Amino acid sequence: MQSTIIQKLLGHRIIFSILFILLLTAPLYLSDFRLNLLGKFLAFAILAIGLDLLWGYTGVLSLGHGIFFGLGAYCMAMYLKLEANAGGLPDFMTWSGMSELPLIWLPFQYPIVAIILGVLFPAFLAFVLGSLTFRNRISGVYFTILSQALVLVLVTLFVGAQNLTGGTSGLTNFETLFGIPMNEASTQTMFYIITVVVLAAIFLGCRRLVNGRFGNVLIGIRDGENRMRFLGYNPSAYKTFIYTLSAAIAGMAGMLFVLQVGIISPTMIGIIPSIEMVLWVALGGRGTIIGPVIGAVLVNAAKTGFSESYPDIWTYFLGLLFVLVVVFLPKGLTGLFETWKARRKSQNVGKHVDVAKSYR
Amino acid sequence: MRKPFIAFVLLGLFLCVLAACSASENAANANEPEETDNESTEDTSTDNGDTIKVGILHSLSGTMAISETSVQQAELLAIEEINENGGVLGKQLEPVVEDGASDWPTFAEKAGKLLEQDQVAAIFGGWTSASRKAMLPVVEENNGLLFYPVQYEGMESSPNIFYTGAAPNQQIVPAVNWLLENKGDSFFLLGSDYVFPRTANAAIKAQLEAKGGELVGEEYTPLGHTDYNTVIAKIRSEQPEVIFNTLNGDSNVAFFKQLSDAGITPEDTTVLSVSVAEEEIKGIGAEVIEGHLTSWNYYQTTDTSENEAFVENYKAAYGDDAVTADPIEAGYFGVHLWAKAVEKAGTTDVEAVKEAAKGISYDAPNGTVTIDGDNQHVYKTVRIGEVQSDGMIEQVWQSEEPIKPDPFLEGYDWANELSESLAE
Repeated sequence: MQSTIIQKLLGHRIIFSILFILLLTAPLYLSDFRLNLLGKFLAFAILAIGLDLLWGYTGVLSLGHGIFFGLGAYCMAMYLKLEANAGGLPDFMTWSGMSELPLIWLPFQYPIVAIILGVLFPAFLAFVLGSLTFRNRISGVYFTILSQALVLVLVTLFVGAQNLTGGTSGLTNFETLFGIPMNEASTQTMFYIITVVVLAAIFLGCRRLVNGRFGNVLIGIRDGENRMRFLGYNPSAYKTFIYTLSAAIAGMAGMLFVLQVGIISPTMIGIIPSIEMVLWVALGGRGTIIGPVIGAVLVNAAKTGFSESYPDIWTYFLGLLFVLVVVFLPKGLTGLFETWKARRKSQNVGKHVDVAKSYR
Repeated sequence: MRKPFIAFVLLGLFLCVLAACSASENAANANEPEETDNESTEDTSTDNGDTIKVGILHSLSGTMAISETSVQQAELLAIEEINENGGVLGKQLEPVVEDGASDWPTFAEKAGKLLEQDQVAAIFGGWTSASRKAMLPVVEENNGLLFYPVQYEGMESSPNIFYTGAAPNQQIVPAVNWLLENKGDSFFLLGSDYVFPRTANAAIKAQLEAKGGELVGEEYTPLGHTDYNTVIAKIRSEQPEVIFNTLNGDSNVAFFKQLSDAGITPEDTTVLSVSVAEEEIKGIGAEVIEGHLTSWNYYQTTDTSENEAFVENYKAAYGDDAVTADPIEAGYFGVHLWAKAVEKAGTTDVEAVKEAAKGISYDAPNGTVTIDGDNQHVYKTVRIGEVQSDGMIEQVWQSEEPIKPDPFLEGYDWANELSESLAE
């Protein structure tokens, strides 16, 4: 019995190590363009892990993670935009009638501050919103609607405050990071490696988090919040913590996204992308940590693949994919693996019984 | 027992579909042999082989699809015409179509794909300023070529972009002058809230001040906004003689409908629009916009022999209901201008084509267009037209000759301060 657990652990570790090495060595066998795309998908995968902690383990469905992703992305983009303009005003401010840098842009002159704010700002917003809603025992579909409203409000704000955010066009045309030219192949490879390392770190960290006692509490909250409360746990504190953590992870993903894609606009953070993010988790299989990673990469790869091959009708393929998976694979792709494992196990058990019988 | 079976079949099906896209093998599955395959095709430059690849990048899905699909069709038509006449440098053109999906980061991604993966000789694409600004860094970084077919706000001149739509001095400035002379001097500015209307109105305000016009109101509504009752109430109380309309997209449908419902006729207050062409009038409904004005470089009714042939070919290809409009025409002649420049250069090399393109002319449906070597925009004739009951636009005025493009409005004293602050 014990040996099988060790085997299992070892098996997982080997699979993950191989995957990690495959990803790390991708620059050797992928073209610069494909590598850049994969980097973008992996940034999405980071966000999906955070979302899985929240939805898959704690049972809180947020349809508003685009906004945390966006806040991280905008923090990074604001710094990059200022550095590209070398102290001058960004172009959109000039045509919006501004003559000097507005106050909220000032901290973003310093890259370290921008990076720290890119994590802290979304986390802070989630903390405030989370503690207000969870403490008042707003949960389930009401929280989901609230998270959706948050997206609507903030996107309207981003589009409306054009002189501060660049409006619908968003922020683009960056040149350097710490004085290093951003668009060169070597810099992009570096960003890719950073993304892989961050993904691996967050993946391992989150696995450790959910595999221990803490994870059991989360699952307990998901499956019977009141029971947990009666047992003396404080579900709202746990939920707020996980919500804040997943927002911080989303902010990190947003920063890595901007570095590799070179543009952020409100279309990337609105309601539709926020729902898409939940779809990645659902497709990969929630409550598994690895599932959302697979889901995010696969859905986005399919999106790119379909749209390149069939630019006129690719949206139908993508829609069909979503419908099929939701109808036939309610537990996502990893669910498929689990069923297969369970079947094999039951067959094995059957064999043992037979053996026992024959000995009797 | 049945369910897992179905699931496996589905997974197999899904993998088959993915494999079907192997022409563009996606990075996720990182299939080594496939990828090396890709890299070897990448090495073949566009000049070798029997065809020259060109990229077409417009939104074929999302909110902009309705406008951009017809520009894409016009560009494909031009490519077909060129191929029928023997191609460019004796080679056939091979269009690579991508979907920008009305999403600016997607425009950047697909522009990168076209330039790095497909190694296209030029990209024809974009509509919104935001999509152009998203593609700009990608095109400059890869030293590619982009032909952008839509009138825009100016204040830009990228060495890697050819602008075949109107610069502000080829559409907006002459329209304001004409309105001041013929319609009255109290202006109301109405636009969608983004870069084009904001920048255009900044210029219009400077122009009005210099020419003795009067500004009675300025309103911006979010893109996609459809409730204009408050704006119309303001218009009613201010009683402007002219509304200068820079609204974009669906907002125009709501605005003109509500304006006409409010009983404001073109005789009381004339609306001049710069983003409403034949294609949009189909959506708005000719009856509510009839009698209002537009300013463009081309109308379907423009009287040239080239246009007669163009309209006929376009309808033959895309149906009798299809209409042509300014951006459609600009997309069309952009392809021809590029082909002519490549013939002259004798290569598709970007630097050589840019050099050869200076001063090159083409007899476009709107008249002769010439590329200005200074800023890579084109000389175009300005036309002001009135919307007719059949949805067509009839010209009421045109400039005597094609006007030299001036994206930074450097030739206008009143715009000095503006262009200095905007041109960094």
